Amino acid sequence: MASLVHQTRASYAFFERNWNLTKRYWAWEVVWLVYNVINALSVTLISKNTQMLGNVSRAQVNALTLYLIIGTAVWSYLSVTFDGITDMINIERWEGTIEHTFMAPISRFTHMFGSCWYAVIHGIFYTFVQLIIVASFFNLDLSRANYLTAVFVLVLGSISFIGLGIGASTLPLLFTERGAQMSYIIKAVVLLVSGVYYPVEVLPLWMQAIARISPATYVLNGLRDALQNNAPIWSLTIWASTWPLIISGVVSVPLGLWVFGIAERYAKRTGRLKRNG
Amino acid sequence: MTIPDLVSTFKNVSIDTTQDAVVIDGVSKIFRKPSPLLRRRPWSSQTEDKQKYEILAIDNISLTVKQGEIVGILGANGSGKSTLIRMLSTLLIPDTGSITVFGYDVVKNEAVVQRLINRVSVEASFFKKLSPMENLLYAARLYNMSGSVARAKIKEILHRLGINSDRIGAPLENMSRGMQQKVAIARAFLTSPIVLLLDEPTTGLDPRSKVDVQNFVNELRDVHGATILITTHDMEEADALCDRVAIIDKGRIIASGEAGELKRNVTALQGKSTLVTMNEVFMHYTASRLITEEDIKLYGSWEKAFEAVEAQREEEK
Repeated sequence: MASLVHQTRASYAFFERNWNLTKRYWAWEVVWLVYNVINALSVTLISKNTQMLGNVSRAQVNALTLYLIIGTAVWSYLSVTFDGITDMINIERWEGTIEHTFMAPISRFTHMFGSCWYAVIHGIFYTFVQLIIVASFFNLDLSRANYLTAVFVLVLGSISFIGLGIGASTLPLLFTERGAQMSYIIKAVVLLVSGVYYPVEVLPLWMQAIARISPATYVLNGLRDALQNNAPIWSLTIWASTWPLIISGVVSVPLGLWVFGIAERYAKRTGRLKRNG
Repeated sequence: MTIPDLVSTFKNVSIDTTQDAVVIDGVSKIFRKPSPLLRRRPWSSQTEDKQKYEILAIDNISLTVKQGEIVGILGANGSGKSTLIRMLSTLLIPDTGSITVFGYDVVKNEAVVQRLINRVSVEASFFKKLSPMENLLYAARLYNMSGSVARAKIKEILHRLGINSDRIGAPLENMSRGMQQKVAIARAFLTSPIVLLLDEPTTGLDPRSKVDVQNFVNELRDVHGATILITTHDMEEADALCDRVAIIDKGRIIASGEAGELKRNVTALQGKSTLVTMNEVFMHYTASRLITEEDIKLYGSWEKAFEAVEAQREEEK
């Protein structure tokens, strides 16, 4: 029981620290939000161009608009959450506090969990604000949207994103100078293969195989079914996204922690935790 | 002001205070030098080749620290002091040998050791945008302190170290390096470590702040029985603060004992009538080779012999 209280306090320490950092870097949050909104708008406005081609119904244009908005929102959520998790190492490397955190009497699971739950809440809030701003530019028909299912799919998918993020944070742990940038490659692959802006069916077959193991593919499918087709949580269409997300969540988090554990031990053998001295 | 009681923090860890606080037994650590991607490394296991690509940071060090002792580790830059402190802090795994803290191995019982120790590094590492209160609250929660208890203790310790209340809530980036170092020291004291590792803690502090920190270190030992291992370049500080010192050079302990005992030995060796200073003791033992009585006879005095030996070393480079 005492240990549980300790680990809960420690987990909250990461949440509180990250919240304090967000408050201090509020200007950066605003800049990043504006950047993401502009990105999302520039992608979503492609649907307006489709209307200009003619021979396309208004309903089809609206469907494409919603399709792209969901893609940009999920991409933004994945980016914010993923960055929030890998930043737990990046920021500590940058500030030089990594040794203090790693010599604290807490489990690595607590360390990761504390950082991840802040990243998820931050990501959901951030994406929600972005979605409202972007949606205000378009006359969307959300009469067939099932918000409960959307939240369910997003939260379930977050578990897999957390696993990916933990795995990716081994890069800044091992590569002091450029590890953070190296972790972008994982995001780039997810963006390419998961059907963020186009259906995975347009990909070459070998890329479709990778799409099948990307959790973002199922999050996007589930969200589109929820927001465009009013699919309830218990429907078969949502189940088709739910079970792969459960499996990838169950696999990716322990796998991420295991990989991180190996990297941590290697860093402690080779002296890579320190920046200098 | 009192420092938080040590024992209360370690409810779930049994500590036998009759045994040695820190036992370092035959510890060595080698680092590989980084090399560019396309530079070929020879497969040969010749010693010469190995030396080219490896750095022997710690070479078979053994040292025992008793409970409640303040032991100083003195050495030049790059002598291996910080590597040794990092291994004690569970941040670096020794290649050979073992280190125990009150019987708990730093590798096998990492989590227990982490509860017993804390460390102040030469560089005050913080989230610089956050205030001392926010940084220390984060540290306190990691060590199982509740928010309300931590806030009260943070104010108490920072005040004791001369940091005014109005600075506690302001970002650390606006503080001088000396002030930041005091906050780093407060962070280590806050968690009531039973073994405190101080890696050049007073480097960059003004004389008054140095005395504040030294008094605080003494108080931590005298009132609460903490064991303290301190690395320093400041020989006066080592002389004033430490019960024993160990001089480390090229990863090896080359001399150890009470400061007074080392001073007497070196005074006798150099044939002087007045007691040498700790600076002279340090220079004596860290010369490129030990200055012998023959050297002193040959060159006329210890200082001249030292200069000659160092000049020889420069020529050999």
